[in-house]
Amino acid sequence: MALSGRQPSAARDLPVLLLFAYLRIVPIVTTLAASLYNWDMIRPIRVFVGWGNYLELIQDANFQTALVNTSILAAGSVILGTVLLLAVTVNARVRGAPIYQLVYFLPVVTPWVPVTVVWKWIYDTRYGPLNQAMVALGLAPQSWLVDDRLALISILIVMVWKTLGYNLIMFLVGLSNIPQEYYEAAVVDGASGSRIFRHVTLPLLRPMILFVVVISTINSFNVFTPVFMMTSDIQGAAAKLVRTLVYDMWENGFRYFRVGYASAEAAILLGLVLVLTLMHMRLFREDR
Amino acid sequence: MATARELLRSLALHGILLAAAGLMLLPFVWMLTTSLTPSAEILNPSLRVWPANPTLAHYADVVQAAPWLRYLWNTVVVSTASALSILFTSSLAGFIFAKYRFPGRDLLFIIVLVTAMIPFESYMVPFYLQIKALGWINTYQGIAAPLLIMSFGIFFMRQSIMTIPDELLDAARIDGATEFFIYRRVVLPLSKPALGALAILSVTNSWAFFIWPMIVTSDRRLFTMELGLAMFQRAFTVDYGRITAGSVLTVVPVLIAFLILRRSIIRGVTLSGMKG
Repeated sequence: MALSGRQPSAARDLPVLLLFAYLRIVPIVTTLAASLYNWDMIRPIRVFVGWGNYLELIQDANFQTALVNTSILAAGSVILGTVLLLAVTVNARVRGAPIYQLVYFLPVVTPWVPVTVVWKWIYDTRYGPLNQAMVALGLAPQSWLVDDRLALISILIVMVWKTLGYNLIMFLVGLSNIPQEYYEAAVVDGASGSRIFRHVTLPLLRPMILFVVVISTINSFNVFTPVFMMTSDIQGAAAKLVRTLVYDMWENGFRYFRVGYASAEAAILLGLVLVLTLMHMRLFREDR
Repeated sequence: MATARELLRSLALHGILLAAAGLMLLPFVWMLTTSLTPSAEILNPSLRVWPANPTLAHYADVVQAAPWLRYLWNTVVVSTASALSILFTSSLAGFIFAKYRFPGRDLLFIIVLVTAMIPFESYMVPFYLQIKALGWINTYQGIAAPLLIMSFGIFFMRQSIMTIPDELLDAARIDGATEFFIYRRVVLPLSKPALGALAILSVTNSWAFFIWPMIVTSDRRLFTMELGLAMFQRAFTVDYGRITAGSVLTVVPVLIAFLILRRSIIRGVTLSGMKG
């Protein structure tokens, strides 16, 4: 209340605001604007083309592949990394065991680059430990990063491996926040295990599930480092490139210097992420 | 009957947990053992876990081939600059959003929230042109630029500062304290736990940042650890002994920090998986 008398302006905050505008607002707005231009990074000519870049993108085979791959990776990591994980953790009702948390969190804190280096070795067709293990078990060795479909699955496995610990800890935090009395009350009322899960655990865990699903979706739509490090010819992979949206965008922007075209792709990525986030929020709010 | 079933359940559960823990650790084990295996043995594969003739030869080569300490130093410089800037800007902006009223505040705050959801990758092309216009290609400022501010940090500090009672700030004002004094002497000390968590989150983010340093630097004296390792892989594509030795070098500082600060790191990282 005392504050309403004085009117401290936002002026004190101005340097921070300017920095924020320069580092976030300006590039975001420029991206949206640039997507409407034919703009080459090397020659300073900009030609307004309206929706031209978008129309070209829809027909671009690389973009289509990238969109499909990214969607599969995102859907796969959300399903494997949250839905299945949730089914296991919730029924397990694990408490404590901090050593497990520590181990599961190791991949989360290890940066992507060394992670991809070692996984590329694991997947190596000729010498890699994975194929050695397959042979020892009497299974046929696979060309993990070379075969079209297998390469996508291989990347998905690494993504799930890296993020599982994060999701697990978030779910454990969510579960431990549910008051024990709720369970006791449900048991007193004669509810069985599956009903307790449906009517107590799931509704109370919903905010956390939403959070984890949104984060997984955003992060997997931005996937770049694993596909770049493990499947790109630039990094010397003899492998099949798993093209994702950010990879395709990076290639258009920084290999072919097509600022406008890459920006249109960026705008689509941005729109997709925002729409998916809002969709998740709606889905989880209405489903009670 | 019930207890026997409980026991069986608990056994099965720990079996699953243990197997999963093994899967989590195995890549790290392979990273280490491969780095200690002589090249001839790597190219003559067998399922042995520990090499027959362990060697440090790859490490000797790797240390010669790239300036790893320089990479480490660069990463430390960038992460520190990023953390200091994010702590300052987030707490100041968070303080203003939490404790002041001014026209347009709510709209501004919504803009901050929306940018927290927009991935950096989606505006990095124009961002690169801005940095280029400043002449910051191949500079520390250039690498650190996208990491100087964190929208989520502003939101997080606002939530934390909102819990500080207004009476406390008013009491300081009655005593004649300036607003900046209040920020420094009242708000910051009371926000220490939040600032600590935010510091850890920002360092983890900038330490692992890869795509931007790769775009903005070509001078190897400025490479971060991640970029240095990627370039090393580019040079020694299938020389797995050396490449895994390089990986071990970049992972060791991270693991040491994690083992020492594990509780605060887990708390800091689980704050938000969002960057930006």
